Amino acid sequence: MTLDSKIPAGPLDKKWTSFKNTAKLVNPANKRKFEIIVVGSGLAGASAAATLAEQGYRVKCFCYQDSPRRAHSIAAQGGINAAKNYQNDGDSVYRLFYDTIKGGDFRAREANVHRLAEVSNLIIDQCVAQGVPFAREYGGLLDNRSFGGAQVSRTFYARGQTGQQLLLGAYAALSHQIALGNVTMHSKTEMMDLVVVDGHAKGIVVRDMTTGEISSHAGDAVLLCTGGYGNVFYLSTNARGCNVTATYRAYKRGALFANPCYTQIHPTCIPVSGEYQSKLTLMSESLRNDGRVWVPKKKEDCGKEPKDIPEDARDYYLERKYPSYGNLAPRDISSRSAKEVCDDGRGVGPGGLGVYLDFADAIKRLGKHVIEERYGNLFEMYHNITGEDAYERPMRIYPAVHYTMGGLWVDYNLMSSVQGLHVLGEANFSDHGANRLGASALMQGLADGYFVIPYTLGQYMASQFGKKVDANAPAFAEAVESVKARVNKLMSINGTRTVDSFHRELGKLLWDKCGMARDKQGLEEALRKIPKLREEFWSNLKILGSKDGINMELERAGRVADFLEFGELMCLDALNRNESCGGHFRTEYQTPDGEALRDDANYDYVAAWKYEGEGKPPTLIKEPLVYEEVKLATRSYK
Amino acid sequence: MKFYLEVWRQKGPDGAGKLEHYEANDIPAEASFLEMLDIVNEDLTKKGIEPIQFDSDCREGICGNCSLTINGVPHGPGRGTTCQLYMRKFRDGQIITIEPFRADSFPVERDLVVNREAYDRIMQAGGFISERAGSAPDANSVPIPKVVADQAMDAAACIGCGACAAACPNGSAMLFVSAKVTHLGLLPQGKPENDRRVLKMVRQADKEGFGNCSNYYACEAVCPAGIPASVIAHLNRNFSFASIKESIGITV
Repeated sequence: MTLDSKIPAGPLDKKWTSFKNTAKLVNPANKRKFEIIVVGSGLAGASAAATLAEQGYRVKCFCYQDSPRRAHSIAAQGGINAAKNYQNDGDSVYRLFYDTIKGGDFRAREANVHRLAEVSNLIIDQCVAQGVPFAREYGGLLDNRSFGGAQVSRTFYARGQTGQQLLLGAYAALSHQIALGNVTMHSKTEMMDLVVVDGHAKGIVVRDMTTGEISSHAGDAVLLCTGGYGNVFYLSTNARGCNVTATYRAYKRGALFANPCYTQIHPTCIPVSGEYQSKLTLMSESLRNDGRVWVPKKKEDCGKEPKDIPEDARDYYLERKYPSYGNLAPRDISSRSAKEVCDDGRGVGPGGLGVYLDFADAIKRLGKHVIEERYGNLFEMYHNITGEDAYERPMRIYPAVHYTMGGLWVDYNLMSSVQGLHVLGEANFSDHGANRLGASALMQGLADGYFVIPYTLGQYMASQFGKKVDANAPAFAEAVESVKARVNKLMSINGTRTVDSFHRELGKLLWDKCGMARDKQGLEEALRKIPKLREEFWSNLKILGSKDGINMELERAGRVADFLEFGELMCLDALNRNESCGGHFRTEYQTPDGEALRDDANYDYVAAWKYEGEGKPPTLIKEPLVYEEVKLATRSYK
Repeated sequence: MKFYLEVWRQKGPDGAGKLEHYEANDIPAEASFLEMLDIVNEDLTKKGIEPIQFDSDCREGICGNCSLTINGVPHGPGRGTTCQLYMRKFRDGQIITIEPFRADSFPVERDLVVNREAYDRIMQAGGFISERAGSAPDANSVPIPKVVADQAMDAAACIGCGACAAACPNGSAMLFVSAKVTHLGLLPQGKPENDRRVLKMVRQADKEGFGNCSNYYACEAVCPAGIPASVIAHLNRNFSFASIKESIGITV
C-alpha cells in the first residue's frame, strides 16, 4: 500500500489557490441530497457542521457531552494565531508557515501547513463577525500577544478564555443551523464504531448515553472531529471524557493511524499533588510572556522560601540556554528543560517536581494591575487550586500531557485512507509535525472546519451521486452486533478492580516509559506490560449497574479498553522512531548539550500504521516528507 | 478528612429519589469536591453499591457540565464551579448534602445528572449572529471601543451551567438569557438582529417553563462566571423596546 497525499502541483504558495480553482463542486440541489455525519462538536466539529449546513448539506452532529457547547476546545486559554501582521512587526503568511514547520521539528507536511497559514486570517475575520469578543486596544482595534516559538506578536485572545469564546462562536453558528433544521444534533451520544460498506465510510454506531440504546446512523460521508488521545496517560490537561475510541475504532476498520508517538507535554501546568488526582490543570503558556522560569542553582536551596533565595543563587535556565527566545522557547524544549533541572534534584515543591514561574519583575515593571488585567483569572485559578497567591510568591509549575500531534492519517483533502472518512482538528495528524506551537490548535481546528473541509469535501462527494447507501446493508447490523457484544462482555466480567484503577496503572506506565523522555529499554518494557494489563482488564474488571441507562463506569470502561490497545501502538511507534524530534525525545538520540537529535536521512517520514487484525502486529506504511520550499535545519532557539 | 454525605439517588427520570447516607473517608484536603466523589465511588464499587452518577468533564471550571447542589447551594460554597471547590473549604467531620440542580426545566435523569437541553433550545432560538463563513469583512474594519469589548466579554464569559436557574426561587433563566443578549447586543456585529434575538430568546425561555425575574439576585450570587445581575436590566430595556416596536408593527 502506498499513500497518496494528493498534494496539488505548483509552487507552494499557489497550491491552495489552484486547488480551489479546480476543485470539484457540488451544486446546491445535490448538496441537499447528501447527509454528512459529524462526530464531535468542538472547534473542528462545530465549525464544520455549521459551515457544511450553511452550504446546503444535511448534517447530523454527535457529541458525548450534554451540550455541544461543552466540547473540550472550551478549555483552551491562551489564544489563536493568524498572520494578520496588525502589529507591523514583520509577520507574514510565510513566516507563520515557517514557524509552524520549524516548531514541528520538520515533521509536518509543507502544503498542509502553508494552507493553514493562508486561511488563518480568514478565521479571525469570521470570528469577529460572529461576535467573538477578542481583546482590543483603546483605539478599538484588535490586540495581540506573543507566544512560544515565534518572534512576532500574532496571537489573538479573549482574556484567558480564548477557546471558550471561539467555541461559543462556532456553537452559535451550529445552533443557528440546528434551528433552521439543517443540522440534527445528537448530544449525549457516543460513537462506538465506524460502518464501512465496500471500502467507504457510510455510517457510525452510537450508544445513547441516557438510555443505553445502541443504534446505527447512515450517511454519505463521515467526519471525525473527536480530538486527541492525551488521556491515554490518565493524568492530562484533557477533560475527563476525552478519548481515543472514535479514531481507534476507525483504525480498526482500516484507517491508518499516523505518528501516534507525537504527544505534547505542556510546560506550564500546576504540579501533581496526590494519587487521587483526576486531572492536571494547565496555566496558559501566555504566562511565559511576563513570567520568568527559574529553579535554585543549588539543591540545598530547594526547601527555602523563594523570596529568601537571592538573585545570584537562581538559575533562569531558559534564559540561560536559549537567550534569543528565553522564556518563550517552544513547549517541548521548555518541558524537557524543566524535567532536566528536576532530575538534577533542583525541583521545588512537593516531591521536587516543580519549577518557579516568577512574576515579580513584571509586576515591578508594569504594575500589579496590568498583570491582573492580563492574567487575573489564571492567578485566581492558581490560588483556588493551590491556596497560594502568585502575586506574592512565584507559581510552581510542571509539565503535563496536553495535546497529541499524532492522529488518523489524512491526505490534502483531510480524507483518511478509508474512502469518505474525513478527519479534522486534533484527531488528524497533519499540521503540527512532532510538536505544536502555542495558539495553533485553535487555528487548526477552525481552519479545518470553516475553510478547508467546505472546499475539499466536494472532491469525495462529487463521486457519490446516486450511490446512497442502504441503511439495511449487512455492515450496519454487523457493526451494531459487535458493539452490543462488546458492551455485554464488559458488563459480564464481574471481577474486582475498578475502571479507574486500570486507567491509572496504564497512565503511569506510559508516563514513565513513553512520556517526556523515552528509550528502547523502557518502551520494550511497556510493550511487555500493556498486554498483561489488558488481559487483567478483560478478566478482572468490575462494573456495577446496568447497560441500559446512564452508567458512567461502563462509558469509561469502553474508552479505557481502547486506550489499553492504543497505548501499545504508541509505544511501538516510539520504538520504531530511532531519533528525537519535537515531543518525541529518545534519550539515546541527543546532541552533546542535550538537544533533540533528528535523523533526517532515515526518519523524515510520516509513520502510518495499518491494523492487521486481532493479535497481529500492525504494518508500518511510510509517507516520505518532501520539502520543496523549506531547507531542513537543526531547530535552534538559542 | 472525613465527611458524612447525604446524596440524592434516583434510578431514572420517572422514579422517586431519596437521600442516601455514605461516609467519605481518608479524603485529602487538596482533593476537589468531584475527586472526593471519585474516591467515594471507588469505595462504593468495592462494596458492591452502584456508584453515584454525576456529570463532569473539563474539571477546570469552564465546561459548565457539573450540576450539583451542595448544602442547598448550586455549586456549593464559594464562587466557582463544583470542580473548582476544594475539600479544604469544608470542616473535618462535616455533614454534606448533595443534590442535583433543582429547576422544573432541568429534569433529573439519574442521581445527580440533570437534562439542560432547554438552554440549548434558548440559544437556538436566537443566541447567534447570522453570518456565513467566508462572508466576513476584515476583522479590524469595525473598531470596537475597548470598554464595549470588555463589557461584552464580561457577559460572554457565561459557561451555561444552569446554576442561575437552579438558585432562583422562580426557576428563572434570566441571567443566562441576559448574558447572551448583552454579549451580542453590545457589539456592532450583533446590533442588526438585536430586537429579534431578544424577543425570541425570552419567549423560548418562557416556553421552556423558566420563571421570570423578581430581583432576588440569587443567580448573581452563585454564578461561577461572575456574570453581574445588571445584564438583566440590559435585557429588560432591550425587550421593552423590541416589544413596543413589534406592537406598533415595526418589523424586528
